[in-house]
Amino acid sequence: MLRVSVLKRRDGFTLRAEFDAPTPGIVALFGRSGCGKTTLVNLISGLLTPDEGSVRLNDSVLTDTRSGTAIPVEKRRIGYVFQDPRLFPHFSVLGNLRYGQRRTLARHSISFDEVVSLLGLTGLLDRRPHQLSGGERQRVSLGRALLSQPGLLLLDEPLASLDVARREEVLPYLEALRDRLSIPMVYVSHQFDEVLRLATHVVLMESGKVVAQGTLGEVSLRPELRAIVGPDSVGAVLDGVITKTDPARGMADLQVGHGTLYVSLRDVAVGSRVRVQLLARDIILATESPRGLSVQNTLQGVVAEVSDDEHEAVLVKVDIGGAIVLARITQNALEALRLRVGTAVWVLVKAVSTRGHAFRM
Amino acid sequence: MNDFPTPAEVDALRLSLEVAARSVGFSLPLAVLAAWLLTRARFPGRSVLDAFVHLPLVLPPVAVGYVLLIVFGINGAVGGWLRDRLGIQLAFTTAGAALATAVMTFPLMVRAIRIALENVDVGLEAAARTLGAGPWDRFFTITLPLMLPGILAGAVTAFAAGLGEFGAVITFTSNIPGVTRTLPLALYTAIQSPGGEAVALRLAILSLVLGLSGLLAAELLARRMRRFLGR
Repeated sequence: MLRVSVLKRRDGFTLRAEFDAPTPGIVALFGRSGCGKTTLVNLISGLLTPDEGSVRLNDSVLTDTRSGTAIPVEKRRIGYVFQDPRLFPHFSVLGNLRYGQRRTLARHSISFDEVVSLLGLTGLLDRRPHQLSGGERQRVSLGRALLSQPGLLLLDEPLASLDVARREEVLPYLEALRDRLSIPMVYVSHQFDEVLRLATHVVLMESGKVVAQGTLGEVSLRPELRAIVGPDSVGAVLDGVITKTDPARGMADLQVGHGTLYVSLRDVAVGSRVRVQLLARDIILATESPRGLSVQNTLQGVVAEVSDDEHEAVLVKVDIGGAIVLARITQNALEALRLRVGTAVWVLVKAVSTRGHAFRM
Repeated sequence: MNDFPTPAEVDALRLSLEVAARSVGFSLPLAVLAAWLLTRARFPGRSVLDAFVHLPLVLPPVAVGYVLLIVFGINGAVGGWLRDRLGIQLAFTTAGAALATAVMTFPLMVRAIRIALENVDVGLEAAARTLGAGPWDRFFTITLPLMLPGILAGAVTAFAAGLGEFGAVITFTSNIPGVTRTLPLALYTAIQSPGGEAVALRLAILSLVLGLSGLLAAELLARRMRRFLGR
């Protein structure tokens, strides 16, 4: 468990943050630029010291202002991947990778060969940092941090300095890290799609405060998220298991809660865990069992909550049995269907609207 | 004109090179320390140290030599102690000429090193920290290598400037042939002697060539280092 409770005042900005995150796992610090995410990871790394508060990782106290504990950065065994790769220009890629590895006293549980093959660095070892592309630099930076055998890995928007194509090049490596190594990670981002693909837990931040935290599924239902990602990106995030595949059509059956969703997802095996986001704007509600529609997914559920959204629209939470989905409908539709808490409804989801929103976990 | 260079000229050249080299060797570590203190450390009296380091730039060199004579002279506070305890004499010696030269070229060197240090990305040092490197480790594996172009450029510039140091040297160590008569002192002596114009001209040209090659070497070195660092 990573437990953080800190207060830091700096240049007229106050950060007051408190969160717990299970380890191992990937906790995303998510919020707009300037909300204090980087300050928060710097406090965890020890590069900054809180005015008040503590940082604990599993059984060890890293910082505690009350007892005066402050383990120096270099003794924390916390890997840090910065927004800019910060490779040492006077060393080769190999020299950069070995820098942290040589300085760790910990047992080498992550081997050099494993990191090099996992991050695809084999052909780059003799190069100098200035001879690498942006994506390659960030991969080396990631490898360097991993080889220092960290007990926790901090990633501060590691993809922010890359263009879209380079981001897509590095993201699979991050997914591979998550799947193959059990290092707890704190992943800072202001891109919700990165959070969707990587995180297990989310800490939502706004102007120096934590406004919501929990599993990604829980946080996806919170109104605070809508304020950050915008109304069109709001939607329940559901984790499920593939029960059947249809490779010819690039589709698969995904068991979520007690229901089954027919989702658009290629190259996936039965039994694998998949996460899907159902955007609230793509969801249709019906009070009678619909017939003669092209919609492939019809889930039965009960209205659990109705809350106001912007522009004459409302957000309806529907319990589909072990899972909640969010639907945005107009005020008119709400009144016409006479929806209220407890109303039985059918939730309609077009299978194509899951395309690009389903990820292997 | 046929007997160029004369033994006296060779002596002056050799002495100038020796004095400049010893002065650089002596002041380099101190200049790195001073540059580090002035750039990175926060302590009371930092601006006083800054002013003190730059003092030789604005003082008449003769005044610097005179102060050295008072402090390091045979009967000076430090000079007397050095003589009695360690048997070292600085006034009127080649070592003294090197000391005077070191003091005079110190600001130049500190300035070059300081600019180099200011250009070292503190983010790289922070990265090294997260990778387990302690303060000395960081300094020697990250900061110092990245400062190296500036340090070398500063050393070469100070060396070139040190070849021609006059006022402080002649005041502190006098003008002793073969001991403290460096190129500029020999040049001065030649001008003062009747019929010495030809010698003076030759020495002036020699000084020019030396100084120019020093500056060119500094630039070349800096460019090579930058390329090595991929900048």
